[in-house]
Amino acid sequence: MHSKTIRVNMLSRVEGEGSLVVKIRGDQLIDVQLKIFEPPRFFEALLRGRHFTEAPDITARICGICPVAYQMSAAHAMERLAGVTVDGPLRDLRRLLYCGEWIESHALHIYLLHAPDFLGYDDSLQMAKAHPEIVQRGLALKKLGNDLMACIGGREIHPINVKVGGFYVVPTAKPLRAFRERLARAQDAALETVRWVASFAFPAFEQDYEFVALRHPEEYPMNEGRIVSSAGLDIDVDEVERHLLEEQVPHSNALQAHRPDGGAYHVGPMARYALNAQRLSPIARQAAREAGLPPVCRNPFQSIVVRSVELLEAIVEAERLIARYEPPDRPSVEVNPPAGVAAWATEAPRGLLYHRYRLDEHGHILEATIMPPTSQNQRMIEQDVRRLVATRLALPTEQLTWQCEQAIRNYDPCISCATHFLTVKVARE
Amino acid sequence: MRARRPKLAVWKFASCDGCQLTLLDCEDELLAIAGVVELAYFPEASRAVARGPYDVSLVEGSVTTPHDAQRIQQIRRRSKRLVAIGACATAGGIQALRNFHNVLKFASSVYPRPEYLETLATSTPIADHVPVDLELRGCPISKSQLLEALSAVLHGRKPNLPTFSVCLECKRRGIPCVMVSRGIPCLGPVTQAGCGAICPAYQRGCYGCFGPMESPNPSSLNQQWRRLGVGEERIRQAYRTFNAAAQPFLRASSDERRKV
Repeated sequence: MHSKTIRVNMLSRVEGEGSLVVKIRGDQLIDVQLKIFEPPRFFEALLRGRHFTEAPDITARICGICPVAYQMSAAHAMERLAGVTVDGPLRDLRRLLYCGEWIESHALHIYLLHAPDFLGYDDSLQMAKAHPEIVQRGLALKKLGNDLMACIGGREIHPINVKVGGFYVVPTAKPLRAFRERLARAQDAALETVRWVASFAFPAFEQDYEFVALRHPEEYPMNEGRIVSSAGLDIDVDEVERHLLEEQVPHSNALQAHRPDGGAYHVGPMARYALNAQRLSPIARQAAREAGLPPVCRNPFQSIVVRSVELLEAIVEAERLIARYEPPDRPSVEVNPPAGVAAWATEAPRGLLYHRYRLDEHGHILEATIMPPTSQNQRMIEQDVRRLVATRLALPTEQLTWQCEQAIRNYDPCISCATHFLTVKVARE
Repeated sequence: MRARRPKLAVWKFASCDGCQLTLLDCEDELLAIAGVVELAYFPEASRAVARGPYDVSLVEGSVTTPHDAQRIQQIRRRSKRLVAIGACATAGGIQALRNFHNVLKFASSVYPRPEYLETLATSTPIADHVPVDLELRGCPISKSQLLEALSAVLHGRKPNLPTFSVCLECKRRGIPCVMVSRGIPCLGPVTQAGCGAICPAYQRGCYGCFGPMESPNPSSLNQQWRRLGVGEERIRQAYRTFNAAAQPFLRASSDERRKV
């Protein structure tokens, strides 16, 4: 019996280290394993004994691509336990900082990591030789996100200005207003981005996903909301661990999340869009419509279109927040959490990020649990690869391997986060 | 004939990806860099892999697994110049906090089945394993220092990297001392410059992410912190973050020295 193994020993254009092994015997798919060999760093353990005020800076180090997500989930968790709500301009500033991270992370993934797959290039630098103006446009968008983060956060990677309760210092209106002209240009560039990615050829691959994301009554979700799913889940963040479970599997250094019935679920831009499309700005909604996106997009290869719509949304939202910004009287509010359990979830660029801490009466962390988006998507990614390979067994190995890689990159996986994961390998026995 | 471009490789060990992202964050310089060097191995950015040996290897992250301890040896053998980038690669990173604990207990508190994991008891910097040609500090590294280091290594000159403290950067930027003027505890006097004194500029004390300066005097700084009313436990914890295993910070946070 003819058999083979497709093996990608080091998944590229993803953040962190993982591999994929696909085993095929004859015309049968035997096994798919997404292996995460990113070494574990034990964040939940090293947080024990630390003061609650240190959680935003320490957890930011889980991921250099989405540090703001970690800072936001941690800060909001502590504030909730203390019964403190941060509102007004401080709330706006945090959302603006998050917009900066979405813009940077989405532009990075769309232009530098994902688009080369659709156009047949190994990387964006190769792509830049044929399409210099396109790559330049992506880099300019990415830089805008970084500059916004640096303005508010002090620097783009591991910002230093976030604290529980707000900021160390708040910007005056002037440096933020200076972004308005760039944001106006960026809005055009983001519209061009949506049109560009919508013109790519997408393999037919509609899936019946359970999408999970935050939902906020008025806004496209970032920092706040109930956790809802396309299957009818609608819960407060306190109830997460009864509905979204984590499990360890032998082949991975990341814990896999699933629903109580063992089913995989999907977090990230496609989930947010499916559950919140009506909360997008009119400009983003129209761009989605013109790009031919249905109200619920079920083809993961089209995630690049959804991500581009979100890139546009983050730019429009940043402009809105800056236009109305007036510096608050105080850069932060006082937060004194009692002993107890602090939980919160925010929307990292790649999906729902859940934190839970147990604090003692002195504000020290006794226990920490963190569920990053990629560990929640891991089971879904394996399922996608399995279904993709099952219908494409006749493809030449090289082509099949590339499609498998692409199926993984659809999720913009962050392996550094998930290990608290990517190499692809297809084995034909 | 066009001269061969030097081959650049980017390697990852235990880390958050932030330091190698710094290279992709050079939005204005990235395409120019790609014109001068061949990005021969950079999996975060490309699926193409060119074989070694490599002229310059940038190494991010710390060594925390038996496999990685082997891998760094192979990388060293294939690299003419090896540059360790960031607090993980130069000091072991935040994950070196495991060095103060029983790693098995650590693992079992995160993973229900720690036996599935392969991990070392310690997180150690690259220089503990192989000779390193140049180290870039920081959590994360500074973009301008990365560009300076790359340029220096490619031209065979000494890079211009400061070994003095963050205090000098505050003076140069005209930032009033946060410790003196506002009573905010600051690690700036013992921390190596390079960030541009961002934290004091944002009215916050430096938290030491660039690691110890050349000749730090932590016991003197600790006295100052005590005068500001900071307790012993908080002083110890202040050194135990992203450069906890760097020798001067390690000594400053150890019990014997605290009694002085």
